[in-house]
Amino acid sequence: MSDNDTPATKPPLSKERKQQARRRVLRTILLTGGVLGAALSGYLPLAYAQRKRLRPPGALDEHDFLASCIKCGQCVQVCPVQAIKLADLVDGFGVGTPHIDARSQACDFSCDAVQCILACPTGSLAYDKPEFLPVRPGAALATKPILLAKEKDAEPTLNLKERIGVARLTRPESCLAIQGKGFKGQVQGSGFKGRMRYMSVDRWKPIKIADHPYDVAECDLCARECPIKGAISIETVFAPDGSQRKQPVVHEPCVGCGVCEMICPVEPAAIEVVPREVWRT
Amino acid sequence: MKKIMKRRFVDQIMVMFGREPKKPTEISPKAQEIHLYKKGNRDFIAEKLHARAHAEPSHKWRNWRWATLIAVNLLFVVSFYFDIQLLEGALTASRFAGFHLIDLNSALQVMLAHKHIITNLLIGTGTVLVLWLLFGGRTFCSWVCPYHLLAEWAENIHLFLVKRKLVTDQTIDRRLRSVFWLIFAVLALATGYTVFEAISPTGILSRALIYGPGLALLWVLALLVFEVFFSRRAWCRYACPIGLTYGVVGILSPVRIKYTLDGCFHEGDCRKVCLVPHVLDTVIKGRAVDIEVPIGPDCTRCGLCVDTCPTGSLKFEVKGLSKLM
Repeated sequence: MSDNDTPATKPPLSKERKQQARRRVLRTILLTGGVLGAALSGYLPLAYAQRKRLRPPGALDEHDFLASCIKCGQCVQVCPVQAIKLADLVDGFGVGTPHIDARSQACDFSCDAVQCILACPTGSLAYDKPEFLPVRPGAALATKPILLAKEKDAEPTLNLKERIGVARLTRPESCLAIQGKGFKGQVQGSGFKGRMRYMSVDRWKPIKIADHPYDVAECDLCARECPIKGAISIETVFAPDGSQRKQPVVHEPCVGCGVCEMICPVEPAAIEVVPREVWRT
Repeated sequence: MKKIMKRRFVDQIMVMFGREPKKPTEISPKAQEIHLYKKGNRDFIAEKLHARAHAEPSHKWRNWRWATLIAVNLLFVVSFYFDIQLLEGALTASRFAGFHLIDLNSALQVMLAHKHIITNLLIGTGTVLVLWLLFGGRTFCSWVCPYHLLAEWAENIHLFLVKRKLVTDQTIDRRLRSVFWLIFAVLALATGYTVFEAISPTGILSRALIYGPGLALLWVLALLVFEVFFSRRAWCRYACPIGLTYGVVGILSPVRIKYTLDGCFHEGDCRKVCLVPHVLDTVIKGRAVDIEVPIGPDCTRCGLCVDTCPTGSLKFEVKGLSKLM
């Protein structure tokens, strides 16, 4: 590398030269170790990850998703509500891979056509899985989900064949519907940045949820704002003691978008989307 | 192609993979004549001193390059920020006015990890391959890669510290880059995850520019610190597999630097500014195998040597085109 290049046929090295060569080998090992260490520190948390992440709609199963994602963020760019975020180094689920934190901003399908899938250049997000990848039982949707916003259109369905998760009432004790309570005010407070499209406001312009306050006698926000037809409803259930109460019930069409989690007015949300969860009957 | 040039062509590919450049075994008679003429020639030495005294440093190519590099990266940022959808995505994969563009090394990693190639991936990779075949392979490094610019500034600090005798450049075995390339290819294949992408400063920086900074930038900072205080341009020289991937593309590219033996004073100014001085071994006294020698594929076509050469012995050349004009 230096300007005095060593000749092709090497004479026996001086002591100093030998030492220099040894040091260089050590430095080479140092750089190798450093770079590989850094690379593995980016990979190992993934290999041992316990918590599952909500990936954008159409995402392949986690392992295949991680294999194919090229980390370009084109899905981030097309999302009208900016639900998709790229993971950072410390998140431990793939530097630069997209994910959705439904509580802070869920996918409400206000793009109508799952634009992120369309934007993905590597097929990490796909309308149709390649044939060699199996579909986990319960991940496939029975029928193409009907998007309520498009219900009156000629083609009311979303081109989505698998769910990305399933909504679950994880904290029934805090659910306002179960308590028979109503809700008045702004969901997640006035400072909440989450956005959603309200068909009553503008089909093509999602607005801040904070700008859309609610006043309901009996809370039904999850069912009311769910973008998928027939995915969630408020039902009357009978407790063992004979008393009756209301409760949100999730049905098979649920795609796991997470709007219910975002719109749940209690903190923490009573209803949450379980990433990668499949439908169990 | 002459036999001598063919040998040098193959030699330069080996040099790119990490072998140290060797003294040529055969030199064309015409080049030999010039080598002999220059030996101890007083007129030539006087001419050399004269030229040296009147040399004016130019930054023409550097300025063009920096402007291009900043413009390309800014186009990504502006495109997303103002939502004009001109250049969507990041450097790993993007869409220029709808056309898929996919970084070759990232594409390779994904193909190895996922073992499945969809049409868009193929189109994007093909487009970029043709693009850099035309523009010269590692041209990507110096004219587009955002890390290259930061590393260039870090290099200036490093050289300043070297001048002050506060640090010395600790060289590392160049074969390491090829080893890394292999390791990361095998890792992608074995783990099914694009392991390299987690530490690629090109990807990290590009995403940080477009989508906002993250802690991953600490890794880039660590690399820069290493380069400032320890080893000059270490990442680009000894580690980056992206550089090697584009280097391979550059083997067949018509855009390159051409060296003309005739006027060269063999002062080695070009080697001092070069990121990859092993490609400029031909400028060492007595090494040029012919009167005109194209610089090898590991060259990033950054033009620093063209700017710095006082005699115009190093010039950009587009093979074939130069003959036509």
